[in-house]
Amino acid sequence: MAENTGEKKKILLDFEKPVAEIYDAIAELEAMSRAQNINVDKEIAALKKRAAEKAQEIFASLTPLNIVQISRHQLRPNTLDYIRLLFTDFVEQKGDRLFGDDPAVVGGIAFYQGQNVAVIGHQKGHDTKENIYRNFGMPQPEGYRKALRIMRTAERFNFPIITFVDTPGAFPGLGAEERGQAEAIARNLLEMSKLKVPVLAIITGEGGSGGALGIAVANQILMLEYATYSVISPEACGSILWRDPAQAEAAAKALKITAPDLLKLKLIDGIISEPQGGAHNDHEVAAQKISQAIAAFLQNYSGCPADEIAAERYNKFRGLGIFS
Amino acid sequence: MSVLEWFSKQKENVSEKTSERLDIPGDLWVKCPSCATILYKKDLEDNQKVCSSCSYHFRLTFAERLALTADAGSFQEFAAELTAVDFLAFEDTKTYQTRLQENQAKTGHRDPFVCGEAAIHKYPLILGIMDFAFLGGSMGSVLGEKFVRATEKALEKKLPLVVFTASGGARMQEGLASLMQMAKTAAAVAKLNAARLPYIVVLTDPTTGGTTASFAMLGDIQVAEKGALIGFAGPRVIEQTIRQKLPRDFQRAEYLEEHGFLDAVLTRPELKDYLARVLKHFVQQEA
Repeated sequence: MAENTGEKKKILLDFEKPVAEIYDAIAELEAMSRAQNINVDKEIAALKKRAAEKAQEIFASLTPLNIVQISRHQLRPNTLDYIRLLFTDFVEQKGDRLFGDDPAVVGGIAFYQGQNVAVIGHQKGHDTKENIYRNFGMPQPEGYRKALRIMRTAERFNFPIITFVDTPGAFPGLGAEERGQAEAIARNLLEMSKLKVPVLAIITGEGGSGGALGIAVANQILMLEYATYSVISPEACGSILWRDPAQAEAAAKALKITAPDLLKLKLIDGIISEPQGGAHNDHEVAAQKISQAIAAFLQNYSGCPADEIAAERYNKFRGLGIFS
Repeated sequence: MSVLEWFSKQKENVSEKTSERLDIPGDLWVKCPSCATILYKKDLEDNQKVCSSCSYHFRLTFAERLALTADAGSFQEFAAELTAVDFLAFEDTKTYQTRLQENQAKTGHRDPFVCGEAAIHKYPLILGIMDFAFLGGSMGSVLGEKFVRATEKALEKKLPLVVFTASGGARMQEGLASLMQMAKTAAAVAKLNAARLPYIVVLTDPTTGGTTASFAMLGDIQVAEKGALIGFAGPRVIEQTIRQKLPRDFQRAEYLEEHGFLDAVLTRPELKDYLARVLKHFVQQEA
């Protein structure tokens, strides 16, 4: 797939194009300066400034549907990227010990700056081949049951749990239904509510409905700046309520699925900022920002009694909902 | 006569038959959606809304379900006052506020989930019944709160909780808050487990989406009404995703029983006695 690597770099969302065009101009100028030995430093500096300003301008006025596109970006760091960038000595645990292994969910034990943790996340791919293998990050019941198995091990050894949430949703398939997709998610919700170790959930990309929540019953729920978290995809919501999937834009707006909106509604606990232009532009910087959040979380819960941790989580979810 | 005329003749014949059927007064007769038998409405109601020809179970309203389940006069509702709030100012083809008002007027209650203290053959219990007629039985903040209050009432009174489900899933008009009700209700079931109070679920037609993937699949005893559609994803979504025709009994109660997710599939007339038989075990244990 060597020739694909060059292609991959060019995945551009429509609203990213004006900035990309400036960078293309910079590249051309640099090539010209090399070839003809002319100094264009001033021009390049000016163009870079313009690119940064343009990017800022564009990102300041993104629509919810633009943010949905960023959250789904194929080059956005996925769980295994974050594991590689943030943890050491990761030991992957595969299989649910009941039926099979689900590549759409990865997890295992690892060290975060020398401290034992368990890490679990949905796994998408960066290209079509990998995405097919990972089922585009859409878990089967085995994925949820594997996640629960890892969480139970973590609880037994008193390891805090960190989950990375990034899925379009649990897979709607024949086998998934046959093997109890609903039961698998429901069981995770129940069991996660009782865990005696601290759980941190980070919505890194797409927080797709019950498929996302199935590993996100956490003491603290954080979202990356351009992640989304929703009860239903804007496309599906558009086709159900407006009877028109083209109403995704209206649905994305109405559903309130962006990090700032959800923080305002007190449904998440915080937002992790992203590098300019989104996490897909700089995996390392994105990981650094997440690292700070993990460090703060672990610090905050170190020495916290087990019963208090579970009680705090129960009360957090007990209090969610708005009614009169 | 051309071939085309021959087709149009056929059409005429069919439409004649349909118009004959349309002459039947709508309020006296009901057509069974499963076997198309025309049933006399009074007979159907006397038969607990089960088709006398093919045993198809018609969906029930809250009042009909209550009458068939709880001992007469035993039901004492609580948390009836809880009302949904349109906190997202959600508007699709109608505003959420309008939809709420229409459904409240139509069903006579403020949420699809109605709960209270009750008795089944004199066994006291907390009973929750979902009414699919109210916005497709969708789970919003009120439903989550009422379910948790039902578990809390069960804890307080040390009583079993029995829930009849019927739901299309989470309520989109409440956005992510509705999704969170899945975690909230599932966590409340954990509290019943910890207190060793029985939680019994009767899945009725249809139970899908976030409701199935939370409190509806977590019963100590888990049964379904004959023929009920039960699943996570809707059959149409699955068909579009996998581009395959689905088996005929796919996601039906009998299919779930076969795959190990139900203790029993019951016909409507069997249900009340079955529940009493289950409740008997837990009363004896506590004594």
